[in-house]
Amino acid sequence: MNGLSFSAGSRRWLAALAGMLVLGVFGLPLLMLLLASVAGRWNGVLPSHLTLEHLRGALAGDERLALWHSLATGAAATAFALIQGAWGAIAARRAPARVQRWVDAVFLVPIAIPSVSIGLALLVAFSRPPLLLNGTVSFVILTHVVLITAYAYLNAKAGLARLPPHFEEMAGSLGAPPHMVLVRVTLPLLLPHLLAAAALGFALSMGELGATIMLYPPRWVTAPVEVFALTDRGLIFSGAAVSIVLLACTFAALLLLDRRRPRA
Amino acid sequence: MSAARSAGAAWRPFWLIFPLVALGVALVYPLGLMAAEAFVTPDGGHGLAGFIAVIGGGLFLGALQDTVRIALTATALCMFLGFVLAVLIHFVPFVGARALSRLIDAYLAFPSFLIALSLTFLYGNAGIFGAVGTSSGSSFLYGFWGVVLAEVSYYTPFVMRPLLAAFDTLDHAQLEVASSLGETPFGVLRRVVLPAALPSLLAGGSLCLLLTINEFGIILVMGVKDVTTLPMLIYGKAIEQFDYPGASVVALCNVALSLSLYFGYRRMLDRLPA
Repeated sequence: MNGLSFSAGSRRWLAALAGMLVLGVFGLPLLMLLLASVAGRWNGVLPSHLTLEHLRGALAGDERLALWHSLATGAAATAFALIQGAWGAIAARRAPARVQRWVDAVFLVPIAIPSVSIGLALLVAFSRPPLLLNGTVSFVILTHVVLITAYAYLNAKAGLARLPPHFEEMAGSLGAPPHMVLVRVTLPLLLPHLLAAAALGFALSMGELGATIMLYPPRWVTAPVEVFALTDRGLIFSGAAVSIVLLACTFAALLLLDRRRPRA
Repeated sequence: MSAARSAGAAWRPFWLIFPLVALGVALVYPLGLMAAEAFVTPDGGHGLAGFIAVIGGGLFLGALQDTVRIALTATALCMFLGFVLAVLIHFVPFVGARALSRLIDAYLAFPSFLIALSLTFLYGNAGIFGAVGTSSGSSFLYGFWGVVLAEVSYYTPFVMRPLLAAFDTLDHAQLEVASSLGETPFGVLRRVVLPAALPSLLAGGSLCLLLTINEFGIILVMGVKDVTTLPMLIYGKAIEQFDYPGASVVALCNVALSLSLYFGYRRMLDRLPA
């Protein structure tokens, strides 16, 4: 049983309190966003003149383009980040502890420092020769790769630490060359962790604002930048509608990746 | 296990070259150039003049102070609220508590600036509480406490997750012994649960501190005017004034602050029982 012996009455009170706190802190904001996305006007306590206009607007014109840009950026950046992160984790796996600590440190820097300063660093570095990328779509994708690779690396590393211990050695002792062990044994065993990394990376990329806003080209506005642009112009209901669609896309992608994941 | 592994296959440094070169080009080289940019003087040469002018300026010191004040306040509140919620979810089982803790995991992947947007509808000039209590024009939302409120709503789960994991490893027999010896539930919490979960609480708190120091989206989308944080100052200098050297000075200091916090946090994690 569990160790705190509250009386039945206080237990009920506490459960109600927990439910209310959680709903109030985490549920209410989401509900507000949903309400605002269908609000025609919001002058009183609750919105009035409910309308689907904003949501329809979020699926047309510039807003639809921004969502597409976010989806494309997220997919491309996730793919590159997975390769880079998993490669790094696998290559560093059997290294001496001292080397591993250094590799960890370099890979994890983007988690530790503010995304705005990563954006600034990339802007400073790639606006001049020899690597002139500023103004291109690949610059945005590169930025997202830099930001989310750390999570792919972390997930892959955690996965490698939990691999069933003897499969790879058995394959090796049966005569499989190292690349075959990697492709036939290690990677398939690692797959659930890689999919989890992909889901997290994609979600983070879809919501990335701090670095993107430093360097996006005008023809590649992403959905979070669009939300900021809309709300900054006072179009808060349209901003809410784009956010709702953005959240829905992210959530759908997470579900899709979760269903693909083989159950352990 | 590691002995068995090294018997199976040796480490081949060659394969580490590719990812490290990629990281070098995409991360280390830009950060290095940014650091160099921080020491560019207004006349185009190199020197400490620009750096010292920014560091000593009121704008930077004000932003540093605001950043630290907001982060410390939000982190303290996150740790308190996170502890209370984690205890309630773990020890007072109610319908949906399991689903709830899985929902918290999903919550961590959502962008923070959406919280700012939704609080606008909750407490802003138009919005539920804005409409109830307002005669004065501007809400508290566009100042210090608004940012703190948004950050607490967003970052509390980052404290709850390690706490819930720690509670799962608690020895419940020990708790029962304590309560059968006459401790009240709150006594058990204070004398048994809190000390056992303290490392996790501190680890979650320092992650929270790091993330709130780095937070940008919330403050940008909220349109806060009274307070400026370091990331906002970087954005303002670089994008609104095209002052890359000035922005680089601020960014360099922010990176130094964040990295030292981060490595402190990692060290703390290493000491946690797995």
